[in-house]
Amino acid sequence: MLGSFFAFLLAAALGLGATWLALTRGVAFGGVTIGAWTAWPKNGTTDIDPYARAIVAQTGRLPTGAGDGVAFFARADDQGRPFDGRCQVRVSGTTPPARFWTLTLYDHDGRLVANSLTRYGFSSQEIIRRSDGSFEITIAPRARAGNWLPTGGVEGYVLVLRLYDTPVGVAARTGREAPMPAIVQEGCS
Amino acid sequence: MIRLLLWSLGGVLLGGIVHLSTVLVLPRTATQDAYSRLAPITPVNAVAPLPAATPDGAILPFTDPAFASAACRYDLTNAPLKLITPVGQAYTSVTFYTRFGIAYYAINDRAAGRRTIELDLMTEAQHNQLPEDEEVTAADRLIVESPTPTGLVVLRVLSPEPSSMPLARGILAAAQCRPNPQQ
Repeated sequence: MLGSFFAFLLAAALGLGATWLALTRGVAFGGVTIGAWTAWPKNGTTDIDPYARAIVAQTGRLPTGAGDGVAFFARADDQGRPFDGRCQVRVSGTTPPARFWTLTLYDHDGRLVANSLTRYGFSSQEIIRRSDGSFEITIAPRARAGNWLPTGGVEGYVLVLRLYDTPVGVAARTGREAPMPAIVQEGCS
Repeated sequence: MIRLLLWSLGGVLLGGIVHLSTVLVLPRTATQDAYSRLAPITPVNAVAPLPAATPDGAILPFTDPAFASAACRYDLTNAPLKLITPVGQAYTSVTFYTRFGIAYYAINDRAAGRRTIELDLMTEAQHNQLPEDEEVTAADRLIVESPTPTGLVVLRVLSPEPSSMPLARGILAAAQCRPNPQQ
């Protein structure tokens, strides 16, 4: 009697605890990681795994459809240092082939971050490029020359690089197929 | 001691079952999924503009602020749906989601290859009921099958610069989504 009670209690604690952990920590399968960036192209198809389905339903987000594009997420720089809105981050290089791309800064709940410029990201059309076509975006709390993306001084944030109408998808595995921009976090104020 | 070990083993196994079943059931019980969030601001079987994302919060998290978007919350129970949207100068896409937020189909302006994107949305049963001769003319007609009788169609028009946002919104104002009964 006591034994079965113990077993049920253990089952409830383990089962619900694992579900809670999976949803809040974001367990995800089938990710494509290139540098600091990770995308889950399958989440934009009916092949989406049960954990991602649960997260989609729980958070109310709508994944980017595979026929539309692919979204790459980054929460830390190339060295694995989590983004801090009080530091300066340089995103530089080139992007994989796509008709358009957008880079957006969100807080961890997927909200835009308030700033005096009302700039929440850049599109491939707006960016100022070097003569070789590469670019550099400076993400910092205070104004910088060139492509400045304000952090609003938030503690942590997420960068999302979305490629629209792109051949990059489930098959992409390496940086040679999909050259993603480098991310370096530098001095903090 | 062995008894306790056996009970623990039973508990762990049962815990695994609890975990898997809660993950599988969750999408059906979620009250804050995209469909539920959009329900108060979108009429059924009509295109409604979605408010722009701001730092105060967007109706849906992780919305791309470079896009003007609109949604058609559909119910195919009575009839299939006809969806028509003009396309923007930069980039336009139409993504179809099930009632539970699964993206089952997406198309962009270039793939559609015309000045407007025109689609027929129906359930599998309604598709099967299409007369044979209709099927022949269907070559130049895009038919999309919805896995669930209800769901969301999200129309997105890119505004590559903030100044072109009113233009993008204007394009979506001309989009239509209406029941299209088969005789």
